[in-house]
Amino acid sequence: MDLLIQHLPALQVVLPMLAAPIVMLMARAPRLAWAATTLTTWLTLGVSILLVQQVLLHGSISYHMGGWVPPVGIEYFVDPANIVVLLIISLMGAISMPFALRSVEQEVDKAKHGLFYAAFLLANCGLLGITITGDAFNIFVFFEISALASYALIAMGKDRRAVMSSYQYLVMGTVGTTFLLIGIGFMYIMTGTLNLIDLAQRLPEVNDTGTIRAAFAFLVVGISLKLALFPLHLWLPNAYTYAPSMITVFLSATATKVAIYVLLRIIFSVFGYEFSFSELNLGYVLMPLAMLGILIPSIVAIFQTNIKRMLAYSSVAQVGYMILGVSFASTLGLMASVVHLFNHAVTKAALFMALACIIYRVGGVSLDRMAGIAKQMPWTMAAFVLAGLSLIGIPLTVGFVTKWHLLLAALEGGLWPVAVFLLGTSLLATIYIWKVVEAAYLKEPAEGAQPVREAPMSLLLPTWALTVACLYFGIDTSLPVDLANRAAETLMGGYL
Amino acid sequence: MNQVVFLEPALAIQLALAIPALGTVLIALTGRWPNLRDTLMVATAVAMFTMVLQVLPEVLAGGRPGVTLFELFPGLRIAFEVEPLGMLFGLIASGLWIITSLYAIGYMRGAGEANHTRFHACFAVALFAAVGIAFAQNMFTLFIFYEILTISTYPLVAHKQNVAAKMGARTYIGLLLGTSIGFQLVAIIATWWMTGSLDFTDGGIMEGHVGYGMGALLLVLYMYGIGKAALMPFHRWLPSAMVAPTPVSALLHAVAVVKAGVFTVLKVATYLFGLDYLSNLWTTEVIMYIAAFSLLAASTVALQKDNLKARLAYSTVSQLSYITLGAMLVSQLATIGGGMHIAMHAFGKITLFFCAGAIYVASKKTNISEMDGIGRRMPFTMGAFLLGALCVIGAPPMGGLWSKWHLVVGAADAGQVLMIFVFMISTLLNIAYLLTPVVRAFMLPPTDGYKGGIKEAPLLCVVPLSITALGCVALFFIADPLRNMLAGIFAG
Repeated sequence: MDLLIQHLPALQVVLPMLAAPIVMLMARAPRLAWAATTLTTWLTLGVSILLVQQVLLHGSISYHMGGWVPPVGIEYFVDPANIVVLLIISLMGAISMPFALRSVEQEVDKAKHGLFYAAFLLANCGLLGITITGDAFNIFVFFEISALASYALIAMGKDRRAVMSSYQYLVMGTVGTTFLLIGIGFMYIMTGTLNLIDLAQRLPEVNDTGTIRAAFAFLVVGISLKLALFPLHLWLPNAYTYAPSMITVFLSATATKVAIYVLLRIIFSVFGYEFSFSELNLGYVLMPLAMLGILIPSIVAIFQTNIKRMLAYSSVAQVGYMILGVSFASTLGLMASVVHLFNHAVTKAALFMALACIIYRVGGVSLDRMAGIAKQMPWTMAAFVLAGLSLIGIPLTVGFVTKWHLLLAALEGGLWPVAVFLLGTSLLATIYIWKVVEAAYLKEPAEGAQPVREAPMSLLLPTWALTVACLYFGIDTSLPVDLANRAAETLMGGYL
Repeated sequence: MNQVVFLEPALAIQLALAIPALGTVLIALTGRWPNLRDTLMVATAVAMFTMVLQVLPEVLAGGRPGVTLFELFPGLRIAFEVEPLGMLFGLIASGLWIITSLYAIGYMRGAGEANHTRFHACFAVALFAAVGIAFAQNMFTLFIFYEILTISTYPLVAHKQNVAAKMGARTYIGLLLGTSIGFQLVAIIATWWMTGSLDFTDGGIMEGHVGYGMGALLLVLYMYGIGKAALMPFHRWLPSAMVAPTPVSALLHAVAVVKAGVFTVLKVATYLFGLDYLSNLWTTEVIMYIAAFSLLAASTVALQKDNLKARLAYSTVSQLSYITLGAMLVSQLATIGGGMHIAMHAFGKITLFFCAGAIYVASKKTNISEMDGIGRRMPFTMGAFLLGALCVIGAPPMGGLWSKWHLVVGAADAGQVLMIFVFMISTLLNIAYLLTPVVRAFMLPPTDGYKGGIKEAPLLCVVPLSITALGCVALFFIADPLRNMLAGIFAG
């Protein structure tokens, strides 16, 4: 057991990585591939939970890959900041797998199931790797692993436009990771190290050079592309709309969150609060972008008729909220951002799952096909409404926890207009969620539409598990709030 | 009284909330069996009223029973505490629900409306929200139930699902949600930020934390943020809501929703601002004049409406301003008068709406000009209309006399002589627009040449409206205990 505990950080990444090729070999037995993948994701979740326990009990963990001592070897570093993100990724992986069985069987060609699940595991592994590693170059490598796997996964969507949107994502994503690589290269030139902690120690000496500033710019822009910060979000709506439903669920809950985590790591831990916010005034850059990123995509979302696409635009807006929290440059704002990583993951995954249930039965989620659907699929729509309330930020849902802390952070910074802005934009979310509710509950089904049955249990249960989580953590807020507080304090403190 | 009390107040409060919530589920599940569903609905209403009644003795004895459900963040709670004003509102909303539920069965079946299950289920949610508002211990809890009330009544307003209903419902929800999030929520957050509390406290929480300039701004935000009080120019939602079936207009848009609005106004004025603090704000008087304007303007508009429900809606806008005005007079008497007016106007106006609905069910008539001579055909209904109208006017022997009495004396007490005249002019306008339908119904010959004898609406419509009409008379005689209970607001 001790040995296991000792190697937990490695297991976190290695488990899905090694399982991927094995699953790929099960191409002829799709159900077996599914079972193996499910097992792997649940084991991964177990590792994450053990890691949380270890970090809460004994503090941060530094793991030396292969026994090589950093900065020569690669270090895995688990602290209160990234443990939240690890937990989100593995939780979402584990909960979307039971859901995947029927959904994927319907949406993805049977011959490709082995590849599909292998790619899913690699995406999972990549995201976990990005989060856990303490090495800058390693971040780049895992970014590429998760991105390449995601491109493949998105392209497996039933709609032929999936291929195009995957290609779009590939172009934008590659630009992002290239910028990231350039930034890392510049830092390496100036400091001679790739270890994040080591970088944090050596950077202050060379802070005022153009190279480091350029590195900072490349990193921020590159990561912003990956996290879909407005106006670098153009890849996201298409990718989410045309990907297989289960992949939309997983990516919407994890991919942008991980990129946000990396941004936080870079600006708070590696470069430090002083450099990022006092010297370079990053807050002044992020705040207007975040606010535009909330406003414009929310308005665009209102005019969408494909609900999956509407929620994709809403995701861009939600990224805006997270970045807004960061731009306040305060512990409270940072805490709001971190807690929103979790809250939005749960909420948006629940919403996309509800849509996936409808897609499973109806075949599409355009507004007119959803007319009157609530009578035929009452449980699915009830979940959609409750999760929708959380997206709006109604009290007693997790969405409110975020909104409340963001508001307090805005007030703490004396930013009254921003506080009012936050309330106003909640109204926009109300409008687009309401449109769906109105169609599903108050409209009569179109003439000649085939009546459908409620979604099967294997789809409903995960959907409702997440919906209940939206409500439960909105009432008993202590766990996410506590974890986010620790994470925010850790990040504000820097590595030193 | 003691025979009917068998529960601890804290438990009764929770049950008073749990019963309508559970009732909603039961109503939704039993939609296939209309008789069972409607029985369950009435049973829910009765059970809920019984629970609210359990709390009464302790409140009468000067206690403020309460219970905390959850604490979201330190200091921010979902909690309930029943004080006299909330007790009164809770009793009225839940008590009148019993009568309305009977009436609704008669009306919905008689008028051939569709989607009964959705209708009754949303109704139960609305009552759940109304009692939540009545019992809220702090502004945060109140706000949550306030929004539940808005959202749960939207399907009721849009019930007919035609273009008019959808447009009306859109105005309804747009104005109510817009004002509550755009103004009220801002004010709530600002209050929390500056005072660190949202609890309803005797004497208010602002003094010493919020400067008078800021307080003046907050007052305006609250008064316009509480859109349900229908202060002009944010009153349009109320006439829009009249597209709903009449039981909705009767219980929700004459009692639960609008009274939730003025109830919140009174709560905010007495327990968040505190009367002493309020008297130091320059906007208090401004809001008072706006309320006075709103009061007279709405009465004048009502005079010109031929559609009976529209006339009653504008009359409600006017009567709500009585209460807002009462709160802004910053006098204990006027506040008590405002509280009493919640009860008096509730009984009067629900009777009037019941009558309008009964007329619609019996004859499909909606305009006053078509109702000439209808008193010969529906004497009980129009008789009840007369009693309800007198109650809203404030004529003896109707309960409405006492609330207006207190409001006028309160105005004198506060030295606002002009406001006494406003009350008086408005009373004259009330007489003009509420008694003309009665006069036309009884005195003029029928325009449609109706020669048949008495042909009333179904019994389930006529009996409830007779009960509430008699209630208007009864309130005249039991006004004193009511006033004594409300005096408990200032006992702490």
